Amino acid sequence: MHKRLFAVFSILLAAAFVLSACATQTPAAPAPTEAPAQPAATSAPAATSAPAAQSCEVYYLNFKPEVADVYAKIADEYKAETGNTLKVVTAAAGTYEQTLKSEMAKSDAPTLFQINGPVGYQNWKDYTADLKDTDLYKHLSDPNLAVKDGDGVFGIPYVVEGYGIIYNDAILSKYFAMPDAKAKSIDEVNTFDKLKAVVEDMQAKKGDLGIKGVFSSTSLKTGEDWRWQTHLMDLPVFYEWRDNNISLAAAGADNFKFQYADQFKNLFDLYLKNSTTAPGLLGSKSVDDSMAEFALGQSAMVQNGNWAWGQISGVQGNTVKPEDVKFLPMYMGMSGEEKQSIAVGTENYFSVNKQASPEKQKCAEDFAYWLFSSPKGKSFVTNDLKFIAPFDTFADNEKPTDPLAKEVIRYVSNKDLYNVAWDFVKFPGQAWKNDFGAALLQYAQGKMSWDDVTKLAVTEWPTKYGQ
Amino acid sequence: MQKMPKRYYAFFTLPTAIAFAISFIIPFIFGLYLSFTKFTTVTDSTWVGFQNYVRAFTDDQNFINAGLFTIEFAVVSVILINIVAFALAYLLTRPVRARNALRTVFFMPNLIGGIVLGYVWLLLINGVLINFGFDITYDPKYGFWGLILVTNWQMAGYMMVIYIAAILAISSEVVEAAKIDGANAWQMLSRITIPLVMPAFTICTFLTVSNSFKLFDQNLSLTAGAPGRATAMLALDIFYTFYGQNGYEGVGQAKAVMFFLFVSAIVLLQLRASRSREVEA
Repeated sequence: MHKRLFAVFSILLAAAFVLSACATQTPAAPAPTEAPAQPAATSAPAATSAPAAQSCEVYYLNFKPEVADVYAKIADEYKAETGNTLKVVTAAAGTYEQTLKSEMAKSDAPTLFQINGPVGYQNWKDYTADLKDTDLYKHLSDPNLAVKDGDGVFGIPYVVEGYGIIYNDAILSKYFAMPDAKAKSIDEVNTFDKLKAVVEDMQAKKGDLGIKGVFSSTSLKTGEDWRWQTHLMDLPVFYEWRDNNISLAAAGADNFKFQYADQFKNLFDLYLKNSTTAPGLLGSKSVDDSMAEFALGQSAMVQNGNWAWGQISGVQGNTVKPEDVKFLPMYMGMSGEEKQSIAVGTENYFSVNKQASPEKQKCAEDFAYWLFSSPKGKSFVTNDLKFIAPFDTFADNEKPTDPLAKEVIRYVSNKDLYNVAWDFVKFPGQAWKNDFGAALLQYAQGKMSWDDVTKLAVTEWPTKYGQ
Repeated sequence: MQKMPKRYYAFFTLPTAIAFAISFIIPFIFGLYLSFTKFTTVTDSTWVGFQNYVRAFTDDQNFINAGLFTIEFAVVSVILINIVAFALAYLLTRPVRARNALRTVFFMPNLIGGIVLGYVWLLLINGVLINFGFDITYDPKYGFWGLILVTNWQMAGYMMVIYIAAILAISSEVVEAAKIDGANAWQMLSRITIPLVMPAFTICTFLTVSNSFKLFDQNLSLTAGAPGRATAMLALDIFYTFYGQNGYEGVGQAKAVMFFLFVSAIVLLQLRASRSREVEA
């Protein structure tokens, strides 16, 4: 008897632990129905088009931890100006999907959230409302940027970003001033061959230049490898689809041969061999490590996007001056790449929760419009969030002024160059990216041949589609 | 025992029963249901039958690989932890200098959370491996032994305390009688001490077996499954399936149910096996 009791007890105990490890939300006893908002604050119909007759609450699940503080200020301002409440919850870096999954299951679910493009839309299409009649969509400078399905518009991009090779102009100028330098100015570096010659020569002279390596660590730690498996990978895929006339709408499970694998390898090898860190140690390096190396002047170049400025300037004891931080396109040996620009696009789309009440949906739409159209909202976007917003409500002098954002704007306005579109929004999904990233790490460590890496990328592409 | 008026039963048991139901039983049943459905958020699901269970094995090899890795890990760590813990307990029940201080020292790692331990040991292990030009992600065997090291360091102290209690509980009459009969140190250990601490052995193996199978924090912070998913154990694999792959929430849930059945079966077998070896003095 005693024995049996003990056995039963231990099973229960085990069950408790097992389930708490993978516990989902408790199905929550029918939560108290939403308290009827605030006692209608004295409505202050400011410059907003939204009638603030009835105050309402917006629940926004924020994707960008680096601007979480800004949203707190925005919430205060929004309350003061319209009397509406803005509740912002920020998901920790890399946990947006899981936070969204659990928050959406609550009775007080986010009304405004974001999806990362067509693939994210597939997963959340039961929740994304049609936004084609909203004011925000009408002011989108290029309607093609939105996530669409048939006639409907289900995601509106709210920030345009660009990435490429960020370089430290002070270090490069020092190199160009050397008598036997392979180039005399950055303008000469417009192909992979030239880039390679300069980088390898710089690496050989790293002592004279006062750096540990030309490129920052190629961070390949699990979860820190998105700069390679997503951003770098975007280029070969972009060219493959462009050269085979595959439109982004048609792109999908069947359309990937990795025909520019050699070009990908060109640049990836350059990163690995001319780095601050030995290839065998890259499995422990994070993006933060890479950016810190750049900020401290230990490296001259790092591949990342304009969002990284906050990280660079935030490093203690950083030696990089704002005017020295510039972008270079990612040359990898494509024909005609002299005209290639940096990669500008977006993977941040606002979506409104279809399953919320119509009033709440309206509140969410009104807030999004307020943020990107009212003077106060726009000032937050430009000066605090530092977003390059893709809406025609912004005048030319209302663009962010940090050095990398200015670089993105400079590249976009250079009409001689062609943009590298963010085709990675049509990549199979996180499972494929993770596997590919892990393969890249093993390649860097010398434990996997390049042929096996490309084979894995190609064979998994269709099977992991949409996962 | 004094008889208790029946009407108080509910008063004393209901709060616990309700708390248990809310936090364990209801989520368990709900989780069981979800494993047969397709869902993105848990409040909105459609029935798909056994499809998730099939997909857990057929879509990729991750679950099977994680299972094998977990079993391998559990076998090694259960044996090592119990040997280390018993050895420490045996030493620290002898007249050793600073006995109590040492007991505290060995117990202390158990008070630190698994995530923190994982990160601290990651620094230590990489600090050593860096001299050879690579890190813990270089080969699954480093991750494996790293995990063994961390769990040993963390759990051995706890098991040691249980063994110490059991050793101290051995009646001095038995020990004295054995001595008078001329038993040497080895005979004392193998004929007296070990058989008499069998109940503690049952508890310790139960704890180490179940802890090893459901190890998660240390796994996440030490290797995160790298390289690839080669060092991902079952709990981590379930986590990655549920959160890492779109449309795989139900599969993750199905894996969790199978994981539960598997661990319960192992634990039951283990209990039966070690219980039968317990003796009374």
